[in-house]
Amino acid sequence: MADQRIPFATHAETTVLGADEIVLNMGPQHPSTHGVLRVKLRLDGEKVIGSECVIGYLHRGVEKIAEHRTYTQFAPYVDRMDYVAAVSNGLGYCEAVEKLLGAEAPLRARVIRTILTELQRIASHLFWLGTHALDIGALTPLFYCLREREEILKIFEKYCGARLTTHAFRIGGLQYEAYDELEKDVERFCTPFDKRVDEYESLLTGNRIWVGRTKGIGILTAKEAIDYAASGPVLRASGVKWDIRKAMPYAAYDLYKFEIPTGKNGDTFDRYIVRMEEMRQSRLICLQAIENIPAGPIMGKVGKVLKPPPGEVYHAIEAPKGELGYYIVSDGTTQPYRVRIRPPSLINLEAFDKMIRGHLVADVVAIIGTLDIVLGEVDR
Amino acid sequence: MANDPEEKQPSASPKKEEPSAVNPSAAASEPASKPPATPAVPAAKPPAAAAPPKPPAPPKEGPVALDNDLVKRYKERFGEAIREAWIDRKQAILVIARERLVEIATYSRDEEKFDWLSDLTAVDWPKREQRFDVVLNMYSLEKNERLRLKVYATADERVPSVQGVWATANWEEREVYDMFGVVFEGHPELKRILLPDEWQGHPLRKDYDILTQDTAWVRENLGIESGQ
Repeated sequence: MADQRIPFATHAETTVLGADEIVLNMGPQHPSTHGVLRVKLRLDGEKVIGSECVIGYLHRGVEKIAEHRTYTQFAPYVDRMDYVAAVSNGLGYCEAVEKLLGAEAPLRARVIRTILTELQRIASHLFWLGTHALDIGALTPLFYCLREREEILKIFEKYCGARLTTHAFRIGGLQYEAYDELEKDVERFCTPFDKRVDEYESLLTGNRIWVGRTKGIGILTAKEAIDYAASGPVLRASGVKWDIRKAMPYAAYDLYKFEIPTGKNGDTFDRYIVRMEEMRQSRLICLQAIENIPAGPIMGKVGKVLKPPPGEVYHAIEAPKGELGYYIVSDGTTQPYRVRIRPPSLINLEAFDKMIRGHLVADVVAIIGTLDIVLGEVDR
Repeated sequence: MANDPEEKQPSASPKKEEPSAVNPSAAASEPASKPPATPAVPAAKPPAAAAPPKPPAPPKEGPVALDNDLVKRYKERFGEAIREAWIDRKQAILVIARERLVEIATYSRDEEKFDWLSDLTAVDWPKREQRFDVVLNMYSLEKNERLRLKVYATADERVPSVQGVWATANWEEREVYDMFGVVFEGHPELKRILLPDEWQGHPLRKDYDILTQDTAWVRENLGIESGQ
């Protein structure tokens, strides 16, 4: 070692700093990678000139498991993919199987599904906001975000007994009737919630450090976003006004009015603004929905033994993180022949390399945060 | 082909349709390798006939041959390369010649405006000669439509990579390679993505049992006898 140091020092003057490219390993055990993501970074000084994501540390073979379970038995497994938004996962799966069966959930079930899924979107975005801000160095928002998220989790707990892996829906409708005070609880949460979002914004939006750390960081143009098939807030922040809830309405979204917020620059700041606005819109959907929850049955006409006729279906929903798609092939038996899950986190993460190039090491955490990935879903 | 289950359905359906709680356990014990029992039946036509006998959900579902404007345009342009076209659960599916995948994908993206590749995956039908379906789920932001392309391949045949058409296909093709062992021609960096690089075997193939694992790898790298 000593021998190497001496020539290095003498060369320093001739090659400016004498710095070579170095490869820096980040993760898989790193607090700001939101799980077990490993990133290999190629650095020129402090600038990132290339990267590679190494994933799979949390691979559990969910798609393989699906082939060995009945349609009903597999439903709880999907909650364990994006465990921050389990309700959305369940909705996508139940609806995909319903499509495969040619069945439909009754209106009451669909409205309750919509309410719970929108609450879940708020909860997911809150968790994202808290941790994203924490990564960048703003500690305070996390406490407020988790405070509000807690209220949502309590509603879930009252509804189905679980807070995270809820398994709230069943194929064909709902397992549980809404509890008596559901409307009241949702209203109690939603009414002051827009003020709360304003509060978070007052902590961050005008904050010089926050703006400095997010504006112009990790830009993804609309063209690139489409090329990488980014979806959800990542796509919309690049200026593409596309939301599956509007484009191909499912559940009961066609009954409610809401806006699709979009950004212009496709940078980290715009993605932040888009998600903040989405929380407000989700609140509006919830408020509209609880006004009139139609009476009626909560389960549609599906048999106890599900045997979808042979064929296949691709069904996608707008999960908090983007397009969550289920491609299910049936061979006419009680078990799916193949279940492919299109995880939004994985596909959005793919654009990471494009976004990080040219930025500093410190921005790596900002960009991982802004993509809002959950490794349980990336690896499945 | 993907319609093969058609043939099988009638024989499977008469069993029992009344929901009975006894059934699931019986079904669960069936070996997973059983499903693809009738793989190599090419007919895309007789679907409606197969379903009716049963009362609840099945009747109208199932694949039906498709011949709308979209398919006509594809056929006009690519002729024989468009092998089959059908619609299943209101979703259009085209089976195309494997060799011309990149050309057809580029046309889909540029001319038909299916600019957003939702998903790329594969399905294994081990009893069929060309055992793999490689499936592309495309979406058009402009037309708000989905279209599914399929190509067939044997375990040794290479599938052209569409990574140059949609950047997103890069990781998805790696995943298909990882899970099924389908090799994509022209992929810049085809290596495993979810499993460790040295892992032997491709787990989502039907002949890879759910309890199988690369025991040598597990022993060497994790220092334990079994990962189960």
